[in-house]
Amino acid sequence: MRLTVNGEPQEVRASTLEALLAELDYEGSWLATARNGELVHAEDRGTCLLTEGDRIEILSPMQGG
Amino acid sequence: MLTLYGKQLPSHLLLGTAQYPSPAILADAVKASGTAVVTVSLRRETAGGKDGGRFWSLVRSLGVAVLPNTAGCHSAKEAVTTATMAREVFGTNWIKLEVIGNHDTLQPDVFELVEAARTLIRDGFAVFPYTTDDLVVNEKLLEAGCEVLMPWCAPIGSAKGPLNPDALRSMRGYFPDVPLIVDAGLGRPSHAAAVMELGFDAVLLNTAVARAGDPVAMAAAFAKAVEAGRSAYHAGILEPRDMAVPSTPVIGKAVFS
Repeated sequence: MRLTVNGEPQEVRASTLEALLAELDYEGSWLATARNGELVHAEDRGTCLLTEGDRIEILSPMQGG
Repeated sequence: MLTLYGKQLPSHLLLGTAQYPSPAILADAVKASGTAVVTVSLRRETAGGKDGGRFWSLVRSLGVAVLPNTAGCHSAKEAVTTATMAREVFGTNWIKLEVIGNHDTLQPDVFELVEAARTLIRDGFAVFPYTTDDLVVNEKLLEAGCEVLMPWCAPIGSAKGPLNPDALRSMRGYFPDVPLIVDAGLGRPSHAAAVMELGFDAVLLNTAVARAGDPVAMAAAFAKAVEAGRSAYHAGILEPRDMAVPSTPVIGKAVFS
């Protein structure tokens, strides 16, 4: 299915957010995820079902002022 | 001691973590500043990326509290989502709430700011709002449940120092018991001393330290200025006078003509 991941179009096989992270080679306990503008907790990624056109954000700590 | 949302902090300086020449210099600047709070942010991670993890490990090794920000958000909704993601990653309910209203000045959109503050405080966040010096806006933020106010004194990164000291003085007078932190616009240690002399409780710095020729030395210089300004405020500062007043007593002066 086609998703938008961090602003880029992606064609993926994954059906859950957890599988998406694995498929796209994201790993790390420091990641935060959102689906269509809403936070998805790390423990909920396995049950977060993806649908065509979802907008996924995968964020990570960085320097800030 | 500075008390923010019930947490006692030994330093009156908060430091940003962006724009340093290297992670090692960032770490040394944090130590030299004596700060107990650093600001951090969240950004999109690249596939397979490890930068975020490395940065987070570095920050945790510094032994200071973290204050995540919502930098770059332009609406209450964006800021609220970013805040909830930051709470998940950084494990704190503290959030420096930034909702930007203008690309050129990076001034806060105070209407969206108040709305986001209300939402986040209902959700259990301790909100540190990046705001203007407008008294009415600040009253609304307090009504929303903010226990700290963080007005700018000049545009972010401008290094201009306090453009309107009278407005900052009014804030101090109007909100005598609220922790007030100048966030944004400070360029040099004398600016920090000046706002501390007005009775502000703390300053939040980033660019002025990170982009200095020697960030570590500048962090130490700011730490001294903040302490000097604070001590001066508590010592009672002499108000300006219109006429000269001799400091040497005139009584007993010899008369030769």
